[in-house]
Amino acid sequence: MREISFSTALVEALKEEMRRDERVFVLGEDVGRFGMIYVAKPELWKEFGDDRVRDTPISENAIIGFALGAAITGMRPVADIMFCDLLTLAMEQIVNQVAKVRYMFGGKIKVPLVICTSLGGLRFAAAQHSQHLEAWFSHVPGLKVVIPSTPYDAKGLLKTAIRDDNPVIFFEHQQLMPTTGPVPEEEYLIPFGKADIKREGKDITVISYSLMVHKVLKAANELAQQGIETEVIDLRTLNPLDKEAILKSVEKTGRLLIVHQACTTGGFGAEIAAIVAENGFDLLTAPIHRLGALDVPVPYSPVLENFVIPNEQKIAERILSIVSQ
Amino acid sequence: MQLNNEFMIQLYRTMLMIRRFEEKALDLKARQIIPGLLHLYIGEEAVATGMCAALRRDDYISSTHRGHGHCIAKGGDISLMMAELLGREKGYCRGKGGSMHIADIDLGILGANGVVAAGMPISGGAALSIKMRGKDQVVACFFGDGGSNQGAFHESLNMAALWKLPVIYVCENNQYAISVAQSRSCSIRDIYLRKDAYEIEGCMVDGNDVLAVYQAAKETVDRARRGEGPTLIECKTYRWRGHYEGEADRTYTYRTKQEIEEWIDRCPIKRFQKVLLDQGVVSQVGLNQIEQEIQSDLQKAMEFAQNCPFPEPQDALKDLYYEE
Repeated sequence: MREISFSTALVEALKEEMRRDERVFVLGEDVGRFGMIYVAKPELWKEFGDDRVRDTPISENAIIGFALGAAITGMRPVADIMFCDLLTLAMEQIVNQVAKVRYMFGGKIKVPLVICTSLGGLRFAAAQHSQHLEAWFSHVPGLKVVIPSTPYDAKGLLKTAIRDDNPVIFFEHQQLMPTTGPVPEEEYLIPFGKADIKREGKDITVISYSLMVHKVLKAANELAQQGIETEVIDLRTLNPLDKEAILKSVEKTGRLLIVHQACTTGGFGAEIAAIVAENGFDLLTAPIHRLGALDVPVPYSPVLENFVIPNEQKIAERILSIVSQ
Repeated sequence: MQLNNEFMIQLYRTMLMIRRFEEKALDLKARQIIPGLLHLYIGEEAVATGMCAALRRDDYISSTHRGHGHCIAKGGDISLMMAELLGREKGYCRGKGGSMHIADIDLGILGANGVVAAGMPISGGAALSIKMRGKDQVVACFFGDGGSNQGAFHESLNMAALWKLPVIYVCENNQYAISVAQSRSCSIRDIYLRKDAYEIEGCMVDGNDVLAVYQAAKETVDRARRGEGPTLIECKTYRWRGHYEGEADRTYTYRTKQEIEEWIDRCPIKRFQKVLLDQGVVSQVGLNQIEQEIQSDLQKAMEFAQNCPFPEPQDALKDLYYEE
């Protein structure tokens, strides 16, 4: 199978959906001739032009509000917010409007709106360009949260997101953009709410998503040489959440570690830990562990940043300490 | 401007329906039959009425927390509105929205809104959608003097102006942002002058004169339909009631009884009544008949609402996501 990059996969998904349905359009900062900051591909703009690949002013709240207004009046917008840190500028529209209008109006409208945004970290960009805020949005009923780790998943999930008649927040990790992986030429969609077992194992379950999946896999492969078999589950979507896959794996291994790049306190790992404690306490042979970033803003200097964010070594150490308990 | 009698009478009827609906809601709130927050539009009826009279059924509006008037003027069903205020199953939002979230997408009502100025970017997006779909619809976006100080106001006007979108931003300047007078919250006296920051058209009208509002609305709607871009209209008016029903103990902390009474003397409905009588558009008998018809319609709406059951508790779990 051919291999393409994560960013090419995203552009392919957009291109295919825009060709398929003329109501689909992209708006956001620098999405046009500049080709989106992290995707760095102007192909979309070249094919569809200023109207459907629409550069906007730096007005995040209006980008989301305009996208919402378009979504409830017959269009299917994909709004791009350059960094998830900047979703904070659009929280009013995302949390009070986008997530709630369908429910508040008694289910009488559809909101086919995708918000694409990037996750940072490990790029020495400091505290305002390195956050992972996915847990905030998983806390708001009405928003679907998608957070892929591979080009294959990115393409299939983005196409599903664009065809969904509900609002979706789609998190793309900046570090994943140049990474490559197999993606078939023919069309496919990936349903939401289906976790993917990226590696099978019997000794411990490690649940992760986005970039950290790859770090967990590296750690798992290393530990395999010592005879420790790690099962790696990539959630792919936080809402809907594949609780069944989580509990099934814990049933098999009896041990659970959750790894994410977001800081630990109040992170999505806490939700998974609570679900397993409530529904699978008897399945556990060891306490549940979480490994996230340390609870400080992400610092600038490489020495400091590497200390704060989980890496292969820290993951391997934590797995080892759990399995040897 | 030559308007036919039928049209003039319809303007009057709409204003009076809004007034009577709000008075009924006030009564129901006082008797605790309406459970939730209520922000009444009494005194501002000419704005919604004049503006919506210039719109087609397939045009859009976005509304505010003080939204009953906009909804009625755009053709909203008062039975479904009343049922919603009472939290009933057949209300506009199936009891999930209440006063601040009434919407009717088939009538182009994109929703009242509980957040000040939140409808401004949503209206802009509806206007963008119109333009991208190649239609000649327009959007009227209602907001207040308070809303004009939000970032959403400035972001939206800039984008709508930049893309020449068919949207009319209608500032209902009722002079108070809750308790803070416009002179204490706004850096300028005439909000419509903010048009100049975005190089768009704009004007100021007497918001208690329904014909003046209609005339301004007609011109700006026509311009928007011709693809000539957005407009900012400021309608100077006054809120007779408190910001919400329940602030009676603090009414005179931020304004005087005298000021309120002066504005009650400028009642937009009484004023238009006089125009209609003076011009011989309608007789006193005719006015009385309209009053009776409205009372009868309201009575029917009340009966519908009160006979309508409450939703089942577990209905709270429905309507969040669209599922095929």
